[in-house]
Amino acid sequence: MTDKLVVLITGSRKGIGRQLSEYFLTLGHQVIGCSRSENDLEHINYTHYCLDVADEGAVKNVFSAIRKNFGKLDVLINNAGVASMNHLLLTPGSTVDKLFQTNFKGTFLFSREAAKLMQKNRFGRIVNFSTVAVALDLEGEAIYAASKNAVEQLTRVMAKEVGGLGITVNCIGPTPIDTDLIRAVPKNKIEELIAHQAVRRMGTFGDVINVVDFFINPKSDFISGQTIYLGGVFK
Amino acid sequence: MSSIKREIISKLVFDCINQYQEELDNKIDISEGEQTRLFGGNGQLDSLALVSLIVNIEEAIETELGVSLILADEKAMSRRTSPFSRISNLIDYIEELIIAEG
Repeated sequence: MTDKLVVLITGSRKGIGRQLSEYFLTLGHQVIGCSRSENDLEHINYTHYCLDVADEGAVKNVFSAIRKNFGKLDVLINNAGVASMNHLLLTPGSTVDKLFQTNFKGTFLFSREAAKLMQKNRFGRIVNFSTVAVALDLEGEAIYAASKNAVEQLTRVMAKEVGGLGITVNCIGPTPIDTDLIRAVPKNKIEELIAHQAVRRMGTFGDVINVVDFFINPKSDFISGQTIYLGGVFK
Repeated sequence: MSSIKREIISKLVFDCINQYQEELDNKIDISEGEQTRLFGGNGQLDSLALVSLIVNIEEAIETELGVSLILADEKAMSRRTSPFSRISNLIDYIEELIIAEG
């Protein structure tokens, strides 16, 4: 991949999003990031927007700016996500709203606007984020897993609808990685989860970058609608 | 809304169609002008081509007229006469939405 890509990453302030931003900047690509709050990442090829990914107007404004400033979008990485671990009987309705707004609606809005821009060049790569909690039906993660299962379904149907426009849509399901997302999860729960993996270790940022690299490679134009779980997790 | 506005919309729609034509193997025959059939019945576009054209027109409306419209929502789909059946219907529908936007 030698051409300079325009890459949009949601939830780019920290964790996987931050690592992916730095990775693509290292490769010389143009990176556009967004998160609810300001980002301290400073780079000549990095632009940051503060927004709620479920705010349709704000999302559309970001894409208007991308269209105006860069004229194209090659890669969208829908990384922004929130997790919640709780027994179903103790989960408030507001948690359901919050998780589906960010995890599902945010992914939908960004994917829709991205595909509009990508179809002009008949090329685009959309990478969504799921979780191994979907494949493993993890107790305590009913709402989080359901919101990510919705993302997987969106991935498959959207892959069919935009396949004719030269756009692929795929999904990655990471295992636990040392980020804020799992910081509140008890250690024994993480160990139980890792015991379900074929490859029993914590995931790394490098594991995620490897799969993202595979999905966005121009040679991967025959790969779409797929979800790849890390760690040897499968349904 | 003055007739000039409709002319502007008409030009914008035809510009989008002409621009979109460049990507198509089977060109749209627009010799019937605004009466050209686009989608459904004897329409010349398949569903994916219609989607692409609508996206391009929405973007052009936003860029050139400063109005953000959603052309293909439930309201459009449930109309007795589809806004996407002929170019004239599409122009009328866009004009109607712009007036409603105020």
